[in-house]
Amino acid sequence: MANIERDEVSGTDTTGHEWDGIKELNTPLPNWWLWTFYATILFSIVYWILYPAWPTLSDYTKGVLGYSSRVNLTEDLEARDKARESWTKQFAALPIADIAKDRKLLEFAMAGGKVIFADNCAPCHGSQGSGAPGYPVLADDDWNWGGSLEEIETTIRFGIRSTHDDTRVSEMPVFSDDYLSPTQIAAVADHVLSLSGSGSASAAGAEVYAEECAACHGENGEGGRDFGAPRLTDGIWLYGGTKEALVAQIGNPKHGVMPHWEDRLSDVERKQAAIYVHSLGGGE
Amino acid sequence: MSSASLATASSDTPNYYDDLIKKFVIAAVFWGLAGFLAGDYIAWQLAFPVLNLDLEWTTFGRVRPLHTSAVIFAFGGNVLIGTSFYVVQRTCRASLFGGNGFGSFIFWGYQVFIVLAATGYLLGITQGKEYAEPEWYVDLWLTVVWVAYLIAFGGTIIKRAEPHIYVANWFYLAMILTIAMLHLGNNVMVPTVLFGGDFVKSYIIWAGVQDAMTQWWYGHNAVGFFLTSGFLGMMYYFVPKQAERPVYSYRLSVVHFWALTFLYIWAGPHHLHYTALPDWVQTLGMTFSVMLWMPSWGGMINGVMTLSGAWHKLRTDPVLRFMVASVGFYGMSTFEGPLMSVKAVNSLSHYTDWTVGHVHSGALGWNALISFGVIYFLVPRLWNRERLYSLRLVSTHFWISTIGIVLYIASMWVSGIMQGLMWRTYDSLGFLQYSFIETVEAMHPYYIIRATGGLLFVIGALIMIYNLWMTAKGEIRDEAPIGLDAQSARAAE
Repeated sequence: MANIERDEVSGTDTTGHEWDGIKELNTPLPNWWLWTFYATILFSIVYWILYPAWPTLSDYTKGVLGYSSRVNLTEDLEARDKARESWTKQFAALPIADIAKDRKLLEFAMAGGKVIFADNCAPCHGSQGSGAPGYPVLADDDWNWGGSLEEIETTIRFGIRSTHDDTRVSEMPVFSDDYLSPTQIAAVADHVLSLSGSGSASAAGAEVYAEECAACHGENGEGGRDFGAPRLTDGIWLYGGTKEALVAQIGNPKHGVMPHWEDRLSDVERKQAAIYVHSLGGGE
Repeated sequence: MSSASLATASSDTPNYYDDLIKKFVIAAVFWGLAGFLAGDYIAWQLAFPVLNLDLEWTTFGRVRPLHTSAVIFAFGGNVLIGTSFYVVQRTCRASLFGGNGFGSFIFWGYQVFIVLAATGYLLGITQGKEYAEPEWYVDLWLTVVWVAYLIAFGGTIIKRAEPHIYVANWFYLAMILTIAMLHLGNNVMVPTVLFGGDFVKSYIIWAGVQDAMTQWWYGHNAVGFFLTSGFLGMMYYFVPKQAERPVYSYRLSVVHFWALTFLYIWAGPHHLHYTALPDWVQTLGMTFSVMLWMPSWGGMINGVMTLSGAWHKLRTDPVLRFMVASVGFYGMSTFEGPLMSVKAVNSLSHYTDWTVGHVHSGALGWNALISFGVIYFLVPRLWNRERLYSLRLVSTHFWISTIGIVLYIASMWVSGIMQGLMWRTYDSLGFLQYSFIETVEAMHPYYIIRATGGLLFVIGALIMIYNLWMTAKGEIRDEAPIGLDAQSARAAE
């Protein structure tokens, strides 16, 4: 039936079939191809003998090496914990201030804290704690909730306006909505600016400030850490230091949220992170 | 009998429905450009996140499935269905089963599927399963269209006038049947509307690692049967046609077809190495991937060796160049794939840009380049033109897209391996050396190189569209023939 021809270029016969002008040569399988194929099959069979491979009715073949990725992981984690025991035990037992005084422990805190900070904190606070509008700078000495090692550790653990029951909370009230007139808000904004040496002080502004702001931010704008009220005298502004930004923040304040890290980070890791943050430039 | 039927072949050529093929070619070019643009846009987004534009519809998360579906299912799908109809009619010497009306239903039905899927992604309607994002009602519609496709293609094979089924049709049919099975298997969804929920949301019936396994059984075989088997079907018809040479080895085509079909379906678990997937499943996924190496290369050998006796044509025929380069990229990525499936390699490569580069050496190098070659083959024939408007523009397109692909995959190799190494580097005290954000910063320059490579690829596609447009209009560019300059210069000496 077939119309076998010899191909002149290769000297090989065709299969004798033709489809829309296409013919096929009857070239045998290339040897290197076939033997490489066999080699991959042999490799697989050996691998199946060595490692877990084929299911049975209720179990699977375990392989002669006794390999288990789950057991490997458990062993690796145990080995890691054991290797770290020399310092993690002390981290857990000692107060954070004592850890920071010990040169050896401080080294561990800084090395681990650097990566913990970069993976967990830097997305908002910036690498090196450089901050961003709405996200406080951690490298200066302006701390709303305190910049000691213990205070930083507490803030990391419970967060600010977070979902944790023991979260730190502060709330700047809304002063627009007919509570203060736009003129009063503008005057007090000017007054607040004058506390750090810009803007123009006025009697009207000072009066509003004394009545509405001083209770939390202090008579002279020195701030109040007990209730997270920012210091207003240092020219550092979380939501911007222009008059417009201040008017907006007084009239209809923004309130940022810092998540709590009690579940995400262990006690040891939070201590490492706090020591690292403390070292960025503003630690007290 | 064979010689007798050949003798009569020219006198009783059946009516081939070529207007239908034209529609598929136009749709493929249109969706291809849309898909390439979407892809390059998100590549620039990765380098410059501000390009997300702070709008939910233009974020990476929504445009990315738009890109993947547009290039795989819209561009690739239209090329596959269109060429399969072109090939099956000619190699069976039979007109399409069901005729033009049935074929048009498949065409328009498939375009409706694409539009429903794509608009859904931008609006946030998705199953959240990679490459299987369309929601349940789009899945059902695709099932209707795909069964119609199977009937049209299978019916044509059944009524064929040739005694044997040509190898290209084995591959196309393997694609159609397996994709049907994968689509149904991976989309056993329960619409929430049955329980008073949203119309446009559904959940798969199984959960956890079973869902992950089914998803990657689907996902890897979408690569295996859509982007490999289907495109090998194209290769088996258009390469011998363009080279005007017989297929290198019939025996190899039989053995590699069955080996590929049998082995590929097992390889999915290599997407889930070092996860909750049981070790024995990971072993099977890895070893079957390793065994896939030679069956995959069977297609490359048959493609490349078909050119023996026709290599000189590469100097003058840029269309053939597209096809041969695509087979070369196919060989490269089907070596890289088994390599990356080996667990020790995978522990470095997994979740990195290396995977992205691997996918694109296959998608851009193999699928897109062979599609371009085939479209250049088809347009003059379908529009009844003497030849393409400009072969020199084809050559320009070839070089600009090849450079684009090389920039893309080389930058992703470097970026991916660097990323994988940075993730696993520890300092002397046993802490991770790098934070995640440091790895992102390190990848930034490579993201720019990758997006530039993608831009070259888009420019190449625009050159092709201009060339095809002028060809369809019947224009012929006044230009020196390719490759003859050197020869004629020598002749003049």
